[in-house]
Amino acid sequence: MATMTLAKALNAGLRSAMEDDDKVIVMGEDVGALGGVFRITDGLQKDFGDDRVIDTPLAESGIVGTAVGLAMRGYRPVVEIQFDGFVYPAYDQIVCQVAKIHYRSRGKVRIPMVIRIPFGGGIGAVEHHSESPEAQFVHTPGLKVVACSNPADAYAMIQQAIHSDDPVVFLEPKRLYHSTKAEVDESAPPAPLWQSRVVRPGADATLVAYGPTVSTCLDAATVAAEEGRSLEVIDLRTLSPLDLVPVVESVRRTGRLVVVHEAHVTLGLGAEIAARVTEECFHSLEAPVLRVGGFDTPYPPARIEEDFLPDLDRILDAVDRTFGF
Amino acid sequence: MTDPVFGPAPEQAPEPELVQLLTPEGERVHHPGFDTDFTADELRGFYRDMTLVRRLDVEATALQRHGELGLWAQLLGQEAAQIGAGRALAPQDFVFPTYREHGVAWCRGVDPVRLLALFRGVDQGDWDPAEHNFGLYTIVIGAQTLHATGYAMGVQRDGLVGTGDPERDTAVVAHFGDGASSQGDVNEAFVFAASFNAPVVFFCQNNQWAISEPFERQSRIPLYRRSQGFGFPGIRVDGNDVLATYAVTRAALQRARDGQGPILIEAYTYRMGAHTTTDDPTRYRLSDDVEHWKLKDPIARLEVYLRRNGLADDAFLAEVAAEADALGERMRRECHALPDPSTHDLWDFVHAEKTAELAAQQAEYDAHAASFEEVR
Repeated sequence: MATMTLAKALNAGLRSAMEDDDKVIVMGEDVGALGGVFRITDGLQKDFGDDRVIDTPLAESGIVGTAVGLAMRGYRPVVEIQFDGFVYPAYDQIVCQVAKIHYRSRGKVRIPMVIRIPFGGGIGAVEHHSESPEAQFVHTPGLKVVACSNPADAYAMIQQAIHSDDPVVFLEPKRLYHSTKAEVDESAPPAPLWQSRVVRPGADATLVAYGPTVSTCLDAATVAAEEGRSLEVIDLRTLSPLDLVPVVESVRRTGRLVVVHEAHVTLGLGAEIAARVTEECFHSLEAPVLRVGGFDTPYPPARIEEDFLPDLDRILDAVDRTFGF
Repeated sequence: MTDPVFGPAPEQAPEPELVQLLTPEGERVHHPGFDTDFTADELRGFYRDMTLVRRLDVEATALQRHGELGLWAQLLGQEAAQIGAGRALAPQDFVFPTYREHGVAWCRGVDPVRLLALFRGVDQGDWDPAEHNFGLYTIVIGAQTLHATGYAMGVQRDGLVGTGDPERDTAVVAHFGDGASSQGDVNEAFVFAASFNAPVVFFCQNNQWAISEPFERQSRIPLYRRSQGFGFPGIRVDGNDVLATYAVTRAALQRARDGQGPILIEAYTYRMGAHTTTDDPTRYRLSDDVEHWKLKDPIARLEVYLRRNGLADDAFLAEVAAEADALGERMRRECHALPDPSTHDLWDFVHAEKTAELAAQQAEYDAHAASFEEVR
């Protein structure tokens, strides 16, 4: 048992995966001597060599495209996209190649690739450094998409994603990389990767979140409890496939659901969850499913990003509104 | 015009010589860098390959005209470039094709009917790349050049470059065309291959046309010179000369296997047919141009050489013609017999590990389909 940040947990998880399987290689911009701009790959090149921890030229399509070739040769590439807003040059390779080669070949070619993307805002960055592109990848058949929200999950989930024979887009809440520490039991058996989880039980309304908004929702539930309202919080963890079993079970009890993400609300994950929950829980719902997320604007200048991002007040306001119906 | 400070624009450099070993008139010529001797069997083999591959192409085009294929991408005129490149491979080498490398597929033992299946729409071209060392047809232009480069980086990591063992040292071929040379992916592949000294041969069939756009729209300099800017050599070969294409590719592959890094081959050729069966080249190019290139036909020149030198007699040519007829007949028969895929299987290969969501969608479809069975 060790106490570590989310960044350190990812680093430890990568290290463990590389020790377990010498076909695992890490590649991306500045992942070598620098250890990545967020230091997630710190020390890996020193210990595993530059054949397995590859500083690539600055070309995202090139990184993902060459990783496809490495996967076809039997390697398990873990690709780092430096920032969420830089993934788009690789979008064609991800959507047309990574996602479809297994299908096109009817299972003869597997692409066991992990595409790590630090995502979300709240770090005071310049444009293109604070985005939440997850819905674009969830909308792409053939990809699996997960988001971790805490150090223990980060440690386990990165290893599970690397072990998966399917391509996985692995979203890391960059705002939480270095902010808090938590206990990570490296010997504990991990929960299945493709399952969401109730992280705080409650009775009056359900909050669903993933990645950076999980901790915001937990804080909102703490405040609500002081006001006498019991909120259940669910961490989705897996966005594709979407595991709504705990969500449906929860909403059947609470009758109220608020989905919270940093991504733009329109056609975000919240829209899909609202549709499915309405289908599954129509007679249990006491109010429409509400969504709290980024506005339908480009990500704003950093000085006003906290107004753009879901915060306690907007979440609790949405909860209040579900009681107003 | 030469700028007094920056010097001449590169396109003012003289047009390069082609590496050529067999002239359009069927004369055997020699080139100091690629002076290769060919046995009579090898020469007859090239003739047979090119003739059969042309027949494959003609037959597939006819099948499309008869409504049996949705589409066909013709290789007419590019037989020498593809057979030369395909026959130069060692068994362990790996090829990443575009969607037009029917001749290379032939050399790698991919049955022509598998190619028809893709264009008929019964599958998406699902031969096993590992069985043939021949990748999947790739339709997004240039994407496969990055896959080839990454695969070559994997070969390096496997320690299969520069060992000196001819049965183990491995090279990778990335096929692409003149149109693809403008794509970012191709340029990124050049950067990665150069940076990592990857054992990859970039084989560009410059067939002069990217659908309706002439080569001049893609590049102001001869394509093979592009590699210089990326830090590796390039060479232009007569892509209608199977001997030269074979010799140059073989040397480039050996260079890559030896650990000397990437190389760009520009096989200078011409797309005699349309881009695909949906295209109409009469809207954008002159028939004079096509007539001019007919005089450079890759098969005719080899036939002249074989006959003139007593390397092939009427019996051999008749035998190849009969073989082509048999291939055409088999392609027609087996194309008609290709089974349609089952919609039930639609969900089966989305992932290596099927998700519960997709299994549920599949079950829902099955129930929906079954409800119609009951009505009947």
